[in-house]
This record gives sequence, structure tokens and C-alpha cells, in this order.
Amino acid sequence: MESTPAQPAAGTPAGVAQLLPDELETPPLSLGQLTWRRFRRHRMAIFGSITLVFMVLYAFGGMLFFSEADANRTDTGARLQAPTREHPFGTDTIGRDILARTIYGGQISLLIGLTAMLVEVLIGVGIGASAGYFGGKLDSLLMRLTEAMLIIPQIFLLLVIAKYFAQSIPNLKIMGRTFSGSVLVIIFVIGITSWPYLARIVRAQFLSVKENDFILAARATGTSTRDIIFRHILPNSIAPIIVAATLGVAAAITLEAYISFLGLGVRPPTATWGNMLEGAYNYVESAWWLWFFPGMLIALTVLSINFLGDGLRDALDPHSRAV
Amino acid sequence: MPSTPTAEPYKRESPFMNPERILEINDLRTRFHIAEGTVYAVNGVSFHLNHGETIAVVGESGCGKSVTMMSIMRLIPIPPGEIASGEVLYDGHDLLKITESEMEHLRGKDIAMIFQDPMTALNPVLTIGRQLAEPLRIHLGLDREKIRERSIELLEQVGIADPAQRLGEYPHQFSGGMRQRAMIAMSLACSPSILIADEPTTALDVTIQAQIVELVQRIRQQVNMSVIWITHDLGVVAEMAERVIVMYAGFIVEEAGVDNLYEDPRHPYTQALLAALPRVDKRRDKRLQSIPGAPPNLLVAPKGCPFVQRCQFAFDHCREEMPPLISVGLNHQAACWLDVTSGETR
Repeated sequence: MESTPAQPAAGTPAGVAQLLPDELETPPLSLGQLTWRRFRRHRMAIFGSITLVFMVLYAFGGMLFFSEADANRTDTGARLQAPTREHPFGTDTIGRDILARTIYGGQISLLIGLTAMLVEVLIGVGIGASAGYFGGKLDSLLMRLTEAMLIIPQIFLLLVIAKYFAQSIPNLKIMGRTFSGSVLVIIFVIGITSWPYLARIVRAQFLSVKENDFILAARATGTSTRDIIFRHILPNSIAPIIVAATLGVAAAITLEAYISFLGLGVRPPTATWGNMLEGAYNYVESAWWLWFFPGMLIALTVLSINFLGDGLRDALDPHSRAV
Repeated sequence: MPSTPTAEPYKRESPFMNPERILEINDLRTRFHIAEGTVYAVNGVSFHLNHGETIAVVGESGCGKSVTMMSIMRLIPIPPGEIASGEVLYDGHDLLKITESEMEHLRGKDIAMIFQDPMTALNPVLTIGRQLAEPLRIHLGLDREKIRERSIELLEQVGIADPAQRLGEYPHQFSGGMRQRAMIAMSLACSPSILIADEPTTALDVTIQAQIVELVQRIRQQVNMSVIWITHDLGVVAEMAERVIVMYAGFIVEEAGVDNLYEDPRHPYTQALLAALPRVDKRRDKRLQSIPGAPPNLLVAPKGCPFVQRCQFAFDHCREEMPPLISVGLNHQAACWLDVTSGETR
């Protein structure tokens, strides 16, 4: 409650709770309000959210100051320059401005994180929900598939698929901008290798939620299977899915950085935070600005998303007593 | 019966039904195949429900009351459940033979059900309004405006104050009695012809119980609905039912008009059950009577009368063969080899 507790009125025995008329008349808090109250108290989550807002502003607001041409313009006369007034973050091995590239690379990295997460959620929820709801043979089949995916190291799978599809998709023009087709490949590849954990979470949720009386009651009013799944079970399972999806964004950004660092990720001319690190390892000591800025941005973003995910996990848990 | 199959799903067969009857159950047997073996939950149950009638199904926990009703509604999970045999005749077709989507159309529209625990039978993340709208949307295809009108009307009908405001609230903002009222409103949404109430008052306190019983009674008369009321509260039965079915271990052991049953119980189990009731007009310094022993293990295939181990009148024939329901008077049947009033065996 925002209001400070009232001083006990004179004459009332100490220790007896005093309710203000206001408090008595306040309607009970809704689920959303309770969640927000718990989230608000999670300092790291608030820090993460604010940092993320800045990241998005940085990546998308930066477009107002630098054009994409700035990010891709090479200037061989100004190779490997340390940060100066003209190039605040320095220049890279072929003289491109690192500040401009982190802005445009940030857009791609964030978009890859979000869309790969969407692919992951789509597949993971689809498979987990079918396995958990229908059970039986379908469940066994889908769960064996999920386990098969889980035993293969994800990074290995990523590299193989990325290499297999590399350069098979031409560049795309969207809204007047050219994107390397490899962006789509990376989104797809990260999406189809990340879903197994989510599928297991969703399956477990479905298994427990579907046993509730209200599901039986809904069936008794003639609700179809589709409505039972999407209108009754899914909304009751949403909290862990939101948390897993949030953490999935961070994982996707990291994975993109991995494969791009290894040279199998997003191809030039499109910049990402990940592929800016490619080649930087040759200059770890001599040109620290090459890896420091994109590396910091990745670390800060991933850290913030993880804090946000933690905060959501606590806030969305109805059993959490913290208010 | 003509053997030519027809395309219309509802005219596939038209078993004969007495026109007075709205629902007729014949020889229903439901089993569950679990790791420990087979649970014989319902063992050849037959009864009927007339138009506008209220019947009560009584019996102790685990005697198959709920499983019978769930079998009628086809809400038994299969597997592990299995409806081994039987017919559920409603409106000229056998509900056990129609397709699942035909059954979905029937549930909530023709036959509605309310459950024991209103605390868990409402979806916690949907507002009351959205849950109330569901049957209206599914079965009647009403638009938003109409749904809202009808929802308010329904909440008013079940005695919830300030219905327009209440529609936007969540189940946790409702008290137990109000939730049960909301459940009843949901089940009445499409004016069903049969309402199955599965112990709807068990989880509520006594004053609320009385209100709910009265509410269902009033609505039943208003909309001419037939009601099957499952309970183990014999007080509620006396208050509202016209006919009573007594179940034991998956069998119907006695069926009678409500007055007959209380005044002249003809099955040893019913007699013991009634004797176990606390009475206001009897001495209270004695212990309540109880029935010795425990109900039989449902994992064993039934043979003979299920009550035989606890029955003071049991003799050899009881162990060998399950007695059929034998007419013992006008609209009064009991499944016992002994005529308990005269002491003659049959």
C-alpha cells in the first residue's frame, strides 16, 4: 500500500490492526496488478528493463544520426583507428565506423533474438502442448524426438545446419534495406535447435493443468478440444512460457554471436554484434576497441534480459508471497 | 431395425423409448484398467429419468455415482477408462454411439452438469463473464451484445447482485456459494433439458447448501428441466427428489419414490444407511449407528451381492448370484434375495 499506516487512534489497544476506510473500500488487486507489484520490487529486473529500453533506443534511435551507408562505408586510409572524436568507438580492420556498425548490428542482433525466440515458442509450445494434452503414443513419440534433440550439443547442431544452409538464400530487400539472407538462416537455425527445453516445460504444464476440475467443467459445457487447449490450458500455463521465452531471447543473441564469431553466422555487409567480433580476436591486445564495444553490448543485453527473466519468474509465480 | 445406413448422424438409429422418459440408461458398465488391475466401477446400472422429474442418486463415496454420470456425459478418460457395455438413450439416440463432435454439441446444451467443488471448477484466469459466455457462444452462436445481455440475465436468475459489475470479475473475487451460483448460471445458459448435479452442495456450508437446493428447485420449475442430483446427504434428498436411486459398489440396490424409501426401505443397505442418520427426535446420548465393515474391493470382479460381507441377513445364495432389481411395491424395486419385511427368500 502506498499510504503510510495510520497512527493508532488514541485509546485503541496497541497491536490491533487499524484499517483505514480507504483500504476497506479498495477493490482487491487483479492478477496483473499483483504481478506488477512483485516485479516492481525486483531491483535487478527493473535495472534490466531500463537497460533494455536504452538498448532498443540505441539500436533504433541511432538510425537518426547514422545512415546504413555510414555503417558500411570502408575507408582504407583510416584502418584500425583508436577511438577519436570523429570515430568515438574507433574503426575496424577495413576502416568502418564501429559506432555506426554497433547501431545497425544491434538492430539485427535484437531482431534475431526476438524472432528466433518466436520460432522457438511456436515449435516448443506446439510440440509440448500436443504431447501433454493428447498423451499416449503421440506423447512418447514427441518426447523421444525432444530427447533426441537434447542429447546433440546445440552448438554442434547449429554449426552443421548453418554451414549446410550457408549462402543458399539470396539477399533480401525489406523496406529499402538490404539484408543478408543468412539472417533468416540464423533465425531458423536457432529456432529449430532451441525448442526442446521449452517443449518439456510446456508439456509438464499441460499435464498438470489438464487434470484440473475446471477443464472437466469446460468439457461438460461442450467446449471443443481446440478451445480447451487455447482458451483454458494455455492461459493457465503462460507464466513459465513467458519466462522461458524471455531467457530464450538472451540465449538466441548469444548463439548468434557464437556462430557469427566462428564465421558461419550472418554474412557481411549486414552487421551484427556477433559478426563484429569475428576477426577481432587477432587484435585482442593491439586494438581493444574492436571487441570491447560489441562485446559489452552483447554482455549487457544478455545480462539485462536474464535479470528481466528472473524478475518475471518471481513476479508471475502465484505462490510467491513477496508483495 | 432397418439395416440401411443413412447419412444423417442423428437418424442412424432410433431405439424405442417410452415418451414419458427423457433419459434411459440400460446395463451400463464402466471399468478402469489401471496398473493394479481392473476397477469395476459401474456394474450394469439401469435407470431412467422422466420429463421434469428430479431423481437423487445416493450412496457412499466410491460407489460409482459420479462415474455413472461421467459415463453418461462421456467424460470418462479413455484409456484408462472403458465403457464395457450399455446404452444411454436420449432423445431417440444412444449417446454412447454418437461421434465425439455430436457429443460436444449435446454437452452443456441438452445435458449440463455442475460439480462438487466450485472452488476448483472455475478457470482462475478467465473472468466470470468470459466463462459464462462460452456455452452461449459455442451452442447458441450469440453475438457479443446478446451474450452480455443473457449473461446479466443469468446471473440475476441465480441471485447474484450487481451482475453487470460481477461479469468482469475473476473467480477468486467470488465466495464459495457465489461461485456455485455462477456455475449453475453457466450450466443453465443454454436452457438444458437435463441437469446433472454432482454433489453440488458438499463443499458448501449448510445455509448456502439450502440456498443452492432452493435455487435449483425454483429454476427447475421455471424452465421445466429434469434433474439428477447426486449426493450423500439424505436430508437434501428428502427435500427435493421425487425418486431415489441407492447405489452400492457400482450396483443399484434400491430404487423407490422418496416417501417409500424413507418409510419402508427394502434393501438391507438402505436400511442400514437410514439407521445411521442422526435424528433430531431421537435420544442423543447414544453413539450413532454405523455399518460394520468396509465396501468391497472394486479391483475384484463382482460375484454375488456386493453387500454380502456387511449384511446381517446374508445367506449362501447371496454369495453366488447378484440379485436383480425385484419389484417390491408400486415404483419400488430392491435388489435383494430376501424380502426383508416378511423374511421370505425369493
